[in-house]
Amino acid sequence: MEIVLAIVVGVLYTVSVYLMLRRSILKFIIGLIFMSNATNLLVFLSAGLVPGSPGFIKPEGVAAETMADPLPQALVLTAIVIGLGIVVFTLALKYKFFELTGTDDLDQLKQTDS
Amino acid sequence: MNSIILQIAARYLKWILIVFAVLALLRGHNHPGGGFIGGLMAGLAIVYRSFAYNAFQIKEELKDRPERYIALGLSVILLSFVPSLIKNATLMTGLWFTIPLPFNEELKLGTPFLFDIGVFFTVIGVTLMFVFSLTQKSQP
Amino acid sequence: MLHLLIVILIFSFGVFLMPGKMKKYNAIVLSLVQAGAFLFFLTRVPDITNLTFGHTLIEWIPQLGLNIEFVLDGLSMVFALLVTGIGALVFLYAGAYMKSYTGTNKFFFYLMLFSGAMLGLVLSGNLIQLFIFWELTSVLSFFLISFFHEKESARKAALQSFYITGLGGLSLLAGIILLGSVVDSYSLTEWLANPQAIQESKLYLPGLLLILTGVFTKSVQFPFHFWLPEAMQAPAPVSSYLHSATMVKAGVFLLARLNPVLGGTQEWIYIITLIGILTMLTGSYFALTQTDIKGILAYTTINALGVLVLLLGIGTRESIMAAMLFLFIHAFYKATLFMIAGLIEKKTGTREINELGGLVKYMPVTFVIALLSLLSMAGLPPLLGFLGKELIYEAKIQSPGIASVVLILGVTSNIFMVAISLFFVRKVFLGKYKTTNKVPNEKGFAFLIGPGILALLSLLLGLSPSNLGDAVIKPAITAVSLENVEIKLKLWHGFNQVFFMSLFTIVAGSFLFVAMLKSKKLMNAWRKFNSIVFSIQFEQVFAWILEKFVMVSTMKEKAVQHGYHRYYILTIFAFTSILLWVQFFYTQTPMQEINFTLKPFYISGLAVVIILVALASAVLRSRIVTIVAMGVAGYGIALIFLYYSAIDLAITQILVETLTIVMFMAILQRLPRFAVLSSKATRLRDFSIALVFGTIMTFITLKAINVNLNRPISDFFLENSYTRAYGENVVNVILVDFRALDTLGEVTVLTIAAVGVYLLLLPKKNKL
Repeated sequence: MEIVLAIVVGVLYTVSVYLMLRRSILKFIIGLIFMSNATNLLVFLSAGLVPGSPGFIKPEGVAAETMADPLPQALVLTAIVIGLGIVVFTLALKYKFFELTGTDDLDQLKQTDS
Repeated sequence: MNSIILQIAARYLKWILIVFAVLALLRGHNHPGGGFIGGLMAGLAIVYRSFAYNAFQIKEELKDRPERYIALGLSVILLSFVPSLIKNATLMTGLWFTIPLPFNEELKLGTPFLFDIGVFFTVIGVTLMFVFSLTQKSQP
Repeated sequence: MLHLLIVILIFSFGVFLMPGKMKKYNAIVLSLVQAGAFLFFLTRVPDITNLTFGHTLIEWIPQLGLNIEFVLDGLSMVFALLVTGIGALVFLYAGAYMKSYTGTNKFFFYLMLFSGAMLGLVLSGNLIQLFIFWELTSVLSFFLISFFHEKESARKAALQSFYITGLGGLSLLAGIILLGSVVDSYSLTEWLANPQAIQESKLYLPGLLLILTGVFTKSVQFPFHFWLPEAMQAPAPVSSYLHSATMVKAGVFLLARLNPVLGGTQEWIYIITLIGILTMLTGSYFALTQTDIKGILAYTTINALGVLVLLLGIGTRESIMAAMLFLFIHAFYKATLFMIAGLIEKKTGTREINELGGLVKYMPVTFVIALLSLLSMAGLPPLLGFLGKELIYEAKIQSPGIASVVLILGVTSNIFMVAISLFFVRKVFLGKYKTTNKVPNEKGFAFLIGPGILALLSLLLGLSPSNLGDAVIKPAITAVSLENVEIKLKLWHGFNQVFFMSLFTIVAGSFLFVAMLKSKKLMNAWRKFNSIVFSIQFEQVFAWILEKFVMVSTMKEKAVQHGYHRYYILTIFAFTSILLWVQFFYTQTPMQEINFTLKPFYISGLAVVIILVALASAVLRSRIVTIVAMGVAGYGIALIFLYYSAIDLAITQILVETLTIVMFMAILQRLPRFAVLSSKATRLRDFSIALVFGTIMTFITLKAINVNLNRPISDFFLENSYTRAYGENVVNVILVDFRALDTLGEVTVLTIAAVGVYLLLLPKKNKL
């Protein structure tokens, strides 16, 4: 299964890089979202796949060895929420840019001050 | 959007969603859930209603604006640091207090829980701020 | 000593806090501070004589060898006395000189800071710290030269001197780091303890050259000498303090400081001696044909610095003694002369030597002071300058190997100096009075007190030099040469070889002087000759280099900073994937066997769906469908999380994905449709880059799965989650308890993003 999911990661990265190289900002932002998802999945996969044994401790105690690694999960959870912040901020920037220039084309964004 | 069905549904669904959000927050320490999930759910509930009416009205109706949620949340987070300061422990040390309840039960309250509540409110505020800022101009 | 520097810092900022009425006492207060510092060092002189070195160490980053260290030995003492002593007098003088200008607060602030920086430099016991103070003096010199910043020439001069000394400073830093890596320390004591290791290292020559570049730029050595005459745009107190007595001597100081470590080798002797001779000759030769009195003084300063460098290059005990003594001599007479020149400019309104004359009638006291100083400069008895010159001749005789050349050139240069000194006196003070814009006078006691004291010192110390010698010069020589010496300074050395050379110098100089005075034609012809033969103006060469440099960097910037967002991104991804591929091939470890299996099938199906919608979102034209496709991919990933035991993750992913889609939809109606902006070829190129990157990421993912994690951290969380944090949901416990600080940071980031979005999209009428 790991191989299939690794291919998924690769496809997500391919799509995200391709979208980020477009001139349209909206596509760029979608590419950003794909990249954030791909990276989350990569971190998650690196911990190994453990189906059906989430990281819940019962008071009577459970053998920790069989349990899914909770640390990458906590990391990815943080990353997902931060990713949301980044995406929304970029979206707001894009909206402002469109409002000021009336274009979606990143190539128009050459001067630093205008 | 001006659908009566949606509006009436939203009125009740909002509260149901918020109840779920609070539940998710409360059981978060032992079961799936927690401040982030609860906050996002509650935030989405309010956003849902704001879509049924429109963002601007909701903002008026809510009286307290998103920044207040953020302020409240961050204050609660700061408050959760106070016990560890008082006890002269490392900052953010989790401290627990056990409150005995009738029927031989006991309730465990801790600073991490307070921290989670702070996260809950901050996330609500942030979500609302995002959505309201992005939608406000669509209204005439 | 740190306290002293802090006091100076406080007072320099205090300049701005002085109440309005007290402003005119600024200079006096600062002068008193300097005098206090001077007395502090003076009381320490006996300690130095007993060879007990003061040493302060404050650890900052000891792992990197970065500490604050102060050393007070004989050499530091010489410079500390000069900096504070002359500082006190210069401040007094500046109080009178700067009265008529605006912005004096700024001026005194810079000047006071400078004295602190210079003091810090000479007291530094750590070479990095020394470098910092070194650069500080350069920066402050820049501000002081450009004090009259409304004049273009002043700005140009300031910038030029800053470029050169700044360049030298960087070179010095490189040298310090190079040689510091040999002994693995930047502490001066460490360096002094291991001269052998440094001199035998391969890095010795490059390090030496780099350090010498720093020294030569700071101490205006040939071919960097041209910035000093330009720097004469500064107000007279600055010329007197920075550009003759202290800052330009920082290079000499460093040479003396590092003499025990780097000195004594062939490279050291030949490079430094050669540069010293060249500078000495250049300075005295060009001084002859200057017409600006400050210009004359500037070139004689170059000459003096050449002599100092030459003496340290020779490096015998006598030459070091001569150098240390000459430091004092030069500081005494040159600071005085600059102050006098400033006074003359102030009172007559001109600095042109041909427009001046007969000032003795109007400024008698000034005349006496200037005469004493100029005689000292010419090296005539009974002034301190005479003693210095004798010692210098003696030292030159001993210079190894090339004594005769050094001696002949040295005598020539001194003949020039005698001539220029006499010329100065004759043209400015004697002869017929020439009408100037203003009628000169000598009003202003503060103008004369500083020069007067220094000129008197030249005379008195010349008559009885032994006190100075025993108390200050001897420990300084000990510090420079690391051997204990006995010295006897006296004015009269008897009729020996050196005396006759002095006699010859004076006679020849007088003849030259007479020739210069009598024949105007000769002078004019001479100036013309200079302008033809020495047609290469160093400053023009420098300006040309600078211009080309700017041109090249503009071209580079245009090529690299083209402004196309997607090409930046393309570059980043292209290079990242190249690096990743290279690294991947070089670190191939045997991979654990992973079985390719499609079970469970519903996850495989999910994977196929994710792949399909992802590809679709890349190529589809409709915005709504693209966003929905993106959402489907996100939900799919959430399901993968869910299946592989990450429930919290899955819920969060679903909620966030929902929120993202909601926001996209909210904003979408107000954005334009996708336009097809790129050609097919471009899209193909982008796709290949993306594919290369995606492929390597697949391999890296597989590799990451293969990395054998031992899970000490995770196990810690699993074990302690319930027992110590009372939580069954380990992920949540990590978020709110074990790693709560991270979560706090995350919440802060979210808040900042929210506020940013809010402010960005604030309707115009509500603009803050």
